[in-house]
Amino acid sequence: MDEILSLSALELRDKIAAREISAVEATQGYLDAIEKTEPQVGAFTQVLAERAQERAGEVDKRLAAGHDAGPLAGVPMAVKDNLATPFGRTTCSSKMLAEFRAPYCATAVEKLEAAGAVILGKTNMDEFAMGSSTETSHHAPTRNPWDTARVPGGSSGGSAAAVAARLCAAALGSDTGGSIRQPAALCGVVGFKPTYGRVSRFGLVAFGSSLDQIGPMTRDVSDCALLTNVISGHDPKDSTSVPAEPPDCLAEIDQPIENLRIGLPAEFFSDALDDEINASIRQAVEVYRSAGARIVEVSLPHSRVDRDADGKLSSYAVACYYIVAMAEASSNLARYDGVHYGHRTAEKTSDIVELYSRSRAEGFGEEVKRRIMLGTYTLSAGYYDAYYNKAMKVRRLIKNDFDAAFESCDVLLCPTTPTTAFALGEKTDDPLTMYMADIYTISVNLAGLPGISIPAGLSKAGLPIGMQIVGPALSESAVLRVARSYEAAGGASRLMPQLLKG
Amino acid sequence: MIETNETVLPVIGLEIHVELATATKMFCRCRNHFGDPPNTNVCPVCIGMPGVLPVMNARAIEYAMKVGLALDCSVSGFTKWDRKGYYYPDLPKNYQISQYDLPLSANGHLDVPLADGSTKTIRVLRAHLEEDAGKNVHDNPAHTGVDLNRAGVPLLEIVSQPDMNSVEEVMTYARAMQRLVRWLGVSEANMQMGHMRFEPNINLHVTSGPETYKTPICEVKNLNSFRALERTVAYEIDRQYAQWKQDPQGYSIDKLAKENRGYDDAKGQTVFQRAKEEAHDYRYFPDPDLVPVVVDDAWCRRVAESIGELPLARRGRYMSAYGLTFKDADALTQDAPTGDLLDAAVTAGADARRCVNLLLGRGAAVANERGCAIAEIGLSATQLTELAKMLDAGQVNATAAGKVFDLMLKTDQAPGRIAEAEGLLAVTDTDQLAAWVDQAIAANPQAVEDVKAGGKKQKRAFGFLMGQIMQASGGSAPPAEVQKLLRDRLG
Amino acid sequence: MSKTIDINLVRHVGKLSRIELTDEQVQTFAGQLASILEYFDKLQELDTEDAEPMAHAVQLHNVFGDDEPACSLRPDEALANAPQRDGDFFKVPKVIGDS
Repeated sequence: MDEILSLSALELRDKIAAREISAVEATQGYLDAIEKTEPQVGAFTQVLAERAQERAGEVDKRLAAGHDAGPLAGVPMAVKDNLATPFGRTTCSSKMLAEFRAPYCATAVEKLEAAGAVILGKTNMDEFAMGSSTETSHHAPTRNPWDTARVPGGSSGGSAAAVAARLCAAALGSDTGGSIRQPAALCGVVGFKPTYGRVSRFGLVAFGSSLDQIGPMTRDVSDCALLTNVISGHDPKDSTSVPAEPPDCLAEIDQPIENLRIGLPAEFFSDALDDEINASIRQAVEVYRSAGARIVEVSLPHSRVDRDADGKLSSYAVACYYIVAMAEASSNLARYDGVHYGHRTAEKTSDIVELYSRSRAEGFGEEVKRRIMLGTYTLSAGYYDAYYNKAMKVRRLIKNDFDAAFESCDVLLCPTTPTTAFALGEKTDDPLTMYMADIYTISVNLAGLPGISIPAGLSKAGLPIGMQIVGPALSESAVLRVARSYEAAGGASRLMPQLLKG
Repeated sequence: MIETNETVLPVIGLEIHVELATATKMFCRCRNHFGDPPNTNVCPVCIGMPGVLPVMNARAIEYAMKVGLALDCSVSGFTKWDRKGYYYPDLPKNYQISQYDLPLSANGHLDVPLADGSTKTIRVLRAHLEEDAGKNVHDNPAHTGVDLNRAGVPLLEIVSQPDMNSVEEVMTYARAMQRLVRWLGVSEANMQMGHMRFEPNINLHVTSGPETYKTPICEVKNLNSFRALERTVAYEIDRQYAQWKQDPQGYSIDKLAKENRGYDDAKGQTVFQRAKEEAHDYRYFPDPDLVPVVVDDAWCRRVAESIGELPLARRGRYMSAYGLTFKDADALTQDAPTGDLLDAAVTAGADARRCVNLLLGRGAAVANERGCAIAEIGLSATQLTELAKMLDAGQVNATAAGKVFDLMLKTDQAPGRIAEAEGLLAVTDTDQLAAWVDQAIAANPQAVEDVKAGGKKQKRAFGFLMGQIMQASGGSAPPAEVQKLLRDRLG
Repeated sequence: MSKTIDINLVRHVGKLSRIELTDEQVQTFAGQLASILEYFDKLQELDTEDAEPMAHAVQLHNVFGDDEPACSLRPDEALANAPQRDGDFFKVPKVIGDS
């Protein structure tokens, strides 16, 4: 059983295809692991054991009959609970959708199943993807497998923890401002946000529609490439889905990166950056240099990260991001009103306005309410120009900065997070403090670019450090190649948290 | 009553919502169909379920462009979608996908004929696309039911400038718009099915001596019949005047905000609606789930070419080219296919006047009976052409032609064959005609005497004899010839 | 310089957002919203004169679907998640007039 858990998704897939391990065994192995370790981690909102076993059985049957069962045949996976599935519930870790059963399936999940993956369950998240620690979940927060008194990051904390704690072979998360990359960094796993539009958003419960993307969370970079291949592609059901045929990200993943230009954005390496994280990344820079890459200094002026007099982190990009994200969220979450689905107040209401207001007051947590109200405010009459319109212009400037930077480099290398995993409850008092956790990731969403976080070692306290590689639009293949290069040169991968060693 | 030194000028703008006759909804592929059982034409997208996304209906864009071009608007080369936020149970997403600052088309006009024979140009400010809301059903006194069949149906909102100054102008404009959208084939504009809804904006400019006073603008929402529109506008003009009279300084556009009123059909009046304080804060912003529409010249031209001749242009042509009266020309340009019939017949060599008489005579009568357009009664252009020519050649008389017409509608047989089969061809055999004339003379000596005597009785007696002859011939005698023969005989 | 937000404004925004707020929540939110908005105000420091607003992260246009009917849900499926239904209708408290 332990062997099964230690294999990467690709390796497991190969063994299942070679019929050395059965899909049923693989699924059972993970279900056993969940039973053993999940109580300490709390990564799942639902474990769908029976269905998973059925699906695994079907894969074995197909393989026994000599059929091709798909590039992910038999691989046990978890998907974030904001991906609509016609099985189980789609709760977004919110009381508002606690009982919601979707009569449709997110395209990305459909693709996973068509590729033969076995979905073990849905993972915990910050409510409606709003948060950076999975603490705003209506359920108990997920715990970081590296230190269960610490957060796994968010909002895809459940998926990150599940991969790190080997409760699934790989997972899907979603990323609006860093919600895949940040928890990946804090949990020591690989987390990838593809180019906006590369993966269909159909079935992803919307938070910030012009920012949201679905992406893989895996043990290593090759798994990440495999999953990216499976979930990418144009979808006529998503009008913002990119028509271009996606590349085969695995095909060139081990190509050498000689003469590839890696840019280091000066503004991300200010004295606001934690020393240990800085050191890890500098080490990685040397690894890349040895591999023949050329390191260049670039500038992203509008994404500058500063530390103010009180020691608080600050960035224009964060302000821009939150204005856009909250405005879109306030509109996207307007539909949750207790009328057509979702939570309705049990109290007697005298009119429809009361029905709405009470149902939403009961159904949403504090952070969600805050964001809806801020979004409503910034879009309201008299404020649109000062906030939303201004933010849209700053967004253009941020994007322009990236375009300019990519004229002198092929990819960017920078931190993923300002700190390693923080303690549960540490940042929940002041919303702004929590928002700063995204300081290195949000610009990438604003610009719609692909970005990956890969493990870059452990801190002295034994907590994972992540680093981020960002590429121009539609350059998933190159980004994964650069990530793989570091991993192959002995960089961190398949790190094992203490939890599993005990 | 209006004082002698006062002039009251009603200033009225009209917003018309037109449901487009696409097969599917604006942003999903549910059927766009009226009258189906509740919640049978719905899907996760139009219900607004979590995670679903809208996809534009190409045909709706084309239809909207057609209307814009027909109204002489400029079609925007770049147009986008915006979310209009407000909460209501028939609006499942609690925002409506609409167009705010970059509508699909703008700055056009519709010329409408007035009773006095003049034409008034009503400027169209803009025509944009949006999605319709579902229906709140109030059958049960204790609660409201929501049916989302209509939610997401494409709606074209046509906004006029406040160029109308009377009930007549408003009604004429509204009817002309209905005719236009039907003409273009983009909407059935059936009022009973809710395909068209009106929202007039009304105020008055009252000039009393040297001063001009403007009353506050009042908007009345959701009128779904011509009758309601007419009564609303008339009522509002009177009401606002009466209010102004009571308080000329206070009841002013400068002092009072725009008012929203509803129409109460039972009372026949508009009523003040509970003020919704954030009624105007729709918090518009660009819809992130939909990408813009770029209309290039080629596309625009293709749509323009598909429009063909517009009703008013055709009406003018009928008057000048065929010499028709305004009334007849107007009757023939209520829909495109009826005029197409006429044009096809004329092109095939038939006399325009003859065709018009057939179409507006027997044709209109049948159409009225059946409650359909003249072009829908079953008459083909070929049949019309031949019958008109037969009339010209005297092969049938008017009465016979009427009978042939009715029979023609049931088959696609040529009128000539029908006339022959039914014995309706005009008799040209002069001997036979003479025989009938002589028979009638012989059988009616009193009438003959009256004719020969002259005086008051002559005309009637002559007519009587004609009737007898026509009857004897079974309607197949050519009247002109028979008249001549009869006159000759009687001297 | 600390930004403050009028309590009435918070109540107003609560109403616009259709979220019922207790008095305590109004107070708490007033403080939090004020500090977040103060942070947002920092954007005014940036010169955006020549910047075209960016509403989308993709450069697509003219994405259409054909006007061909596809499967709809049956009423039972459509109403399966409805908190209250009346036959094949979604049920809500009485609303006055039509939108």
